[in-house]
This record gives sequence, C-alpha cells and structure tokens, in this order.
Amino acid sequence: MASRHRREASVAAAILLLLAALAVVAPGFFVRENLSDLLLANVPVLLIAIGATLVILTGEIDISVGSVFAICGVVAGLAAHLGLPMLVIALAVCTAGAILGAANGALVAYVGLPSIVVTLATLVAWRDALRWATQGAWIQDLPPAFQWLGLPQSTYPFVACGIALILQVTVSWTLRNVAAGRAVYATGSDADAARLAGFDTALVKLTVFAVGGSLTGLAALLNAVRFNQIPSNAGLGLEMKVIAAVVVGGAAIRGGRGTLAGTLLGVTLLAIVGPALVFVGVSAYWERAIQGAIILSAVAADAFRGWRASLPPQAPAVAQS
Amino acid sequence: MSDFLLQAAAITKNYAGVHALKGVSFDLRPGEVHALVGENGAGKSTLIKVITGAVTPDSGTLTVGGRHVPHMDPHTSRSLGIAAIYQQPALFPDLTVAENIALAREPGSVWRRVHWKTRRRVATELLERVGASIDPDRIVRTLSMPEQQMVEIAKAIGADARVLIMDEPTASLTEREVEQLFKVTAVLREHGVGTIYISHRLDEIFAVADRITVLRDGETVATRPVADVDRATLIRLMVGRELSAVFPKRRVTAGDVALEVRNISHRASALRDISFSVRRGEILGLAGLVGSGRTELAEVLFGLRPADAGEILVGGVPVKIGSPAEAIGFGIGYVPEDRRHHGVVLEMSVAANTTLANLNGVSRHGLIDRSAERDAATGYLQQLRIKAASIFADVGSLSGGNQQKVALARWLSTNPEVLILDEPTQGVDVGSKAEIHELMGALAERGLAIVMISSEMPEILGMSDRIAVMQAGRIRAILPRDEANQDRILHLALDEPSSERRVNVH
Repeated sequence: MASRHRREASVAAAILLLLAALAVVAPGFFVRENLSDLLLANVPVLLIAIGATLVILTGEIDISVGSVFAICGVVAGLAAHLGLPMLVIALAVCTAGAILGAANGALVAYVGLPSIVVTLATLVAWRDALRWATQGAWIQDLPPAFQWLGLPQSTYPFVACGIALILQVTVSWTLRNVAAGRAVYATGSDADAARLAGFDTALVKLTVFAVGGSLTGLAALLNAVRFNQIPSNAGLGLEMKVIAAVVVGGAAIRGGRGTLAGTLLGVTLLAIVGPALVFVGVSAYWERAIQGAIILSAVAADAFRGWRASLPPQAPAVAQS
Repeated sequence: MSDFLLQAAAITKNYAGVHALKGVSFDLRPGEVHALVGENGAGKSTLIKVITGAVTPDSGTLTVGGRHVPHMDPHTSRSLGIAAIYQQPALFPDLTVAENIALAREPGSVWRRVHWKTRRRVATELLERVGASIDPDRIVRTLSMPEQQMVEIAKAIGADARVLIMDEPTASLTEREVEQLFKVTAVLREHGVGTIYISHRLDEIFAVADRITVLRDGETVATRPVADVDRATLIRLMVGRELSAVFPKRRVTAGDVALEVRNISHRASALRDISFSVRRGEILGLAGLVGSGRTELAEVLFGLRPADAGEILVGGVPVKIGSPAEAIGFGIGYVPEDRRHHGVVLEMSVAANTTLANLNGVSRHGLIDRSAERDAATGYLQQLRIKAASIFADVGSLSGGNQQKVALARWLSTNPEVLILDEPTQGVDVGSKAEIHELMGALAERGLAIVMISSEMPEILGMSDRIAVMQAGRIRAILPRDEANQDRILHLALDEPSSERRVNVH
C-alpha cells in the first residue's frame, strides 16, 4: 500500500521544501493577505480539479471546463440580477454545470465518441456561443448581497474553504467507501472487465461528467462573488491548469489510478509556484515554464517507474494452434 | 540447390514450462501444397510463428532454399521470400490496393519518389496473375473479405514469395470464393511457389493438398502424400492420444435444471437454434473448434450479446438477459477466456477484485464494509489457495493460475447458481490446473451448475458429465460422458460424416 502513495508523498515533500525555502528567502510570502488571496483564487481550481479527477479516473478527459466555468459565471450573475436567494443561485449554477457536463458525458458514454474530441468541440462551441449571447459584455452592477455570498468579507474565506474541504472529504470518502467509487476505478482500469463484473460503465462515465460539470458550476460561483463584475471570457486556459494539477497529483491519465489527496497536493503545489517566483524576484513570465517542468518531471517519474517495473520479463502467453 | 524450399528440423519451443513444440520436423517442396493439420493447441500456430520468425525456437534448425538460417526474425523471413496470410487480412485499410501491394515490394529510401503509374501497372498485373479483377485505386477498407485475401496473395507474389503460408484462409469465405482461392493455388503451383495450408476443413485439405503433416501435442505424428490417407486415418492421427492427466472427477447426482436454453439464436455471431440444459451439480462441457461459436454462446448467456430469438430459463423461470448486471442478478457467473484483459482488473488488489461483482454482499447501508471485504478476500485466499503477497497485492503481480483463481473467487462470492467458465485452465501452470479442476468438482458437489468451454480434449472428457459439441454456430450433438470419446467429438466438431447424422450446412 505504501508504494501506492509515493507520488502523494513526493509532492507533499516538494511543497514543504518550497515553503521552507520561501520562509528563509521571502518571509513576506506568509503575510496573511497573500495567503488569503492565494487560497481564495485556488478554491475554485480545487473544486474543478476534484471533478476532473473523477473524469480522469474513468479513463476520460474533460477539456471544456473553462467554457463551462465562463457560462456558469454568467448564469450566476444573471441569477443575482434577478434577486434570487443565494441558495437558489447556487442550485442554478450547479444545475447548469451538470447539464453541460452531462451533454459531454452522453456523447462520450452513449454515442461512443472520444472524450478529447467531444470536449474540445464543446470547449470552442460554448465559449463562442457565450460570446455571441453576451456580445462580449461583462455583467456589472452586481447586487451587494451577491458579493462574498452575502457574507462579511472576513467570514467568506472560511466559508469558501469549508465548502472545498467538505467536498474534498466527501468525494474522497465516497470513492473509497461506496460501491460507486469502486465502479469509477474499475471502469478506468478496464472497462470491459468492469462491465463483466456487472457495472454499467456508460452510466459511470455519464455521472462523472455531470458531477464534474456541477462542481465547475459551483467553482464559477465561488469565483464570481470575489469581484464586482463577471467577465464573459472567464476561465481561459483553466482546463490546462486543472489537468496539470490532477496529473501532478499522481492520477494516471489513462484512468484507474489516482487519489483526491494527490489532486489536492497537485493544486497546492502549482498554486504556490507562481507567486513564490514573484516573491523570490524571478519574473512571473517563468511561471508557466516552471509549471511545465513540474508536469514533465511528474510524468517522467511515472514512465521511469513503469519502465523499471517492466524489466523482469513477463511470462509470455501460451500460444494456441 | 536443395530440393526443398524450406526445412524445419527438430524444432522445440517451450512457453513458461509448457511444451508447445517437441521436436517438430516439416519440409516444403517447390510447387506443392503441404497441409498442416491438428487439433486446437497441437502446435500449428507456433510452428508458423517459428517459420515467420515471430518466435525464436529453443532448439532445432531452419533451412530455407538450402541455406541454414541460424537466427530467423520477421525481417529475414520476409527477405527469404516467406509470406503469410491469415484468416483476417493484415492490410492497411485506409490505403489503396496499389499502395498496399507496393509497400511489400518497393525498395529504397523514405525520400524516394513514388511512381504512381508504375505502382498501378504492377498492381494490376499481379492481381491479374491471381485471377482477380480489382481496381488498384480502390481503398482496401471497401473491399470484401475474399477480395482482400486476393490482394494479400498478389502482394505476396509481388514480393517474390517462394513460401506462402495460408492460415485458415477460407474461414470467412463462401464456397464459390473458396473455389476461386483454389484456382489461385494452382497458379502458385505453376510458379513453383510452395504453399503451407492450414485448415480445419478436411474437405479442403483433400481437395487442395499434395502432402499432409499431422501435428499432435507439439509433435509431428505423420507426413504423408494425400493419396495415402483417407479421412478416418487422418482423424485417428489427429486424435490418437491417451488421457494423460488424472481428473478428479467426482460423481455428483444431478439435481434440478438450473439453466435451460431453448432455440436461441444470435444472428450477428452466427449462432443458430441452440438448445441445452444444465442441472445443479452437473458440469456441461462445451467442445468445438476455435471459431465454432462457444465463446459467443457464453456471451449470449451472460447478456453481453442479448439473444435475438429463443428462450432462456433460469431455475425453470423464463428470463430476458440484456446485460451482465442482469445475468448476475439471475445468479449467473462468467469467467471469460481472456483473463488478463477481462476476467480480473490487474490494477486492483486481490480484495477489490474478489468483491467487485458482489459489493452489496460486503456493504452495509450502501457503504463498503472494509473488514467484511477483508474477511471475504482472506477466506477465498485460503479456500482457493491463492498465492499472493497479501489480499492488498495488485492482481497484476500474481501468476496466471492465481489470477484465474481470483477470477473464480469473484464469482463464487456472488453465490451463483450457474457458472460459465471459458477455457478455465488456458495458460495456467500444471499445479494450478489440477487445483482449478479439483475446485470445479467441489463446486459441482455443492450444487452449482457449470458450463465449461475448453479446447483441451482431456479436460473436456475428464471433467464433463455431458459434452455439447459445437460446429459453425450450432450444437451438433450432446454426448453423455460414457458415450463420448475424442474421435466422436472431433468428427462432430469437424462436421465429418461418421457415426452422427450429417447436417446439411451449405
């Protein structure tokens, strides 16, 4: 069992190392405002990454999350303008996200299209549909009751973190302790074997896409309440950020392997790296390059381990005449 | 110059302790068709793989065109003029006929200029030589199966093949197309090409072959001119084997009918009009050649290919089985043939694999009870003597026999009424094999109805109470244990007119 969590351990070690270095070189990093900003900016990323982990565990991928995020943000703004209570707004964005996610999921699970193509198409289509619908206009003049979910600004960070924590723990626990969680892993490891064991693998895939969509909706809401206007082009490039975090967290891109703890660590590491550079005095332009390097080294570590594991030759299958 | 195009002498090959070839000798003269026959698992495919360089033999010598070839690999094999065509044509489906033919014969660098006109002309000529009129500009995907086979043969001739191996070439052809193929073999004969012809259809062998070599259990039993053998002799040569293994067959009084099948068909898999029943405590063997529809039948019963017509009764009650989940609900378990890919999930632990089909059984209020799961897995680990580091070890780290036991444990944990086992001991070492047989006997004793598909004659004869023989998508006959013998089963499986009534298939 220990070897299974090696990735989580090494990412955690990398985070601690980075924080230790920052403590020496740039203690300013640990100022309360900075940490709070960082946290609030990354809570939405974590929520989307939880959904993306589920999708990736089943062996699929969703690169349309950025567009879903933008649409759900606008939905949240429109709902706020209607003066709906916050709980209804939250329900509306989650539903919108779930519908968009389920549309992807249905095309993948029941039509049998490759998820990378389906979600690439919806990434582009929904983004442009939104641009056409809003004519590029941002949603302004949000009611004060919308800001910070209508909470005092000092309370909001705790609520946002609380929501993220609850979801992280609940989904993680479900993956481990409920039959549906087993179904997710089995589908991603070997869809044929999962079907033979009696799982409805198409339903599993539809469900993870829908859940991923509704988490993206919630993330859009938690992002929107931080500002007093909602851009109609939010979430550009979000899919890469999210998938990178999941992969760094140790989930196998082909499915079947990975944990939400890993994803949390992946989101954390990638969230710290950028700001850390600024504090150390390196140009922020390097942020993406360094993130790329982290992703590559994570994948290379996997490949190396896989290569080493394949060294003892496997017994060849017995030939049949 | 040698009189032989090809000579293979005393070839041996072991796979993980299993003797696939034990000193096989085979030769091929120019212009002859030499048929290679034998039961499933006799070693035909392995011998072909040795000749084409796909596998390296443990010992023995290969001589091609009088020259000793110490180390055969696929590249050398091709450059020596050995070409093989298989049941499923191996062409590039999205390229044209001319391109496919050119790939095998055009030398030169990757940056050479392609002469399209020449390509087309050469392709047309080659196709004419094999008597096929196919437009060389057509995309291979759009060709019919026999057309693709003609392209394969043209390609082989174009590459100056001296030795052409045809492995079950007629499996997907109609009678007329088979005749066309035979005409081509006549053309090949004129050109001095030697053909190795593998087929289960004895009619074809007698129609086309000059000589016949019979393989059995990895040994050459006989090589004779076709004029010197008749059908009966040939079948005797293919079968003539003593039951070597001892099977722990237990005598169980059969109980009520657990599963009954009435006239079911599945058109897409060519299954027609299949009826049989299995009682509790009974092991029904499903014999037949590879491709006779046994696995497809199992998949129909397990809901992977729901039947088009007919009735399935479980415990006397008519049921519709539309998915594996439904089959499991009716108490049916299925251990598939391709264990590594579908029977177990290699990346999951022994414990998770054991409970995968029966998570309800180890759950309380919808939550997986980890200690119940551990207990269940530990129980099966001991009961089935599964050798694993622990119940948390990945199934991928286990040996084939132990993986198979995990697959069995999964279905036992669902408390099934009917268990379908597809080639339960294929690729399993001798020790585990005996244990799996022992276990099957014990399960039958407990009242389980077992349907066992096996290509291994001793296993079928040793383990089954009754034996259903399948041929071309039908059950040809169901033989009681004491009336079954290898000879009868093989006659039925080959659709040969012997003791059984002849069914007119064509």
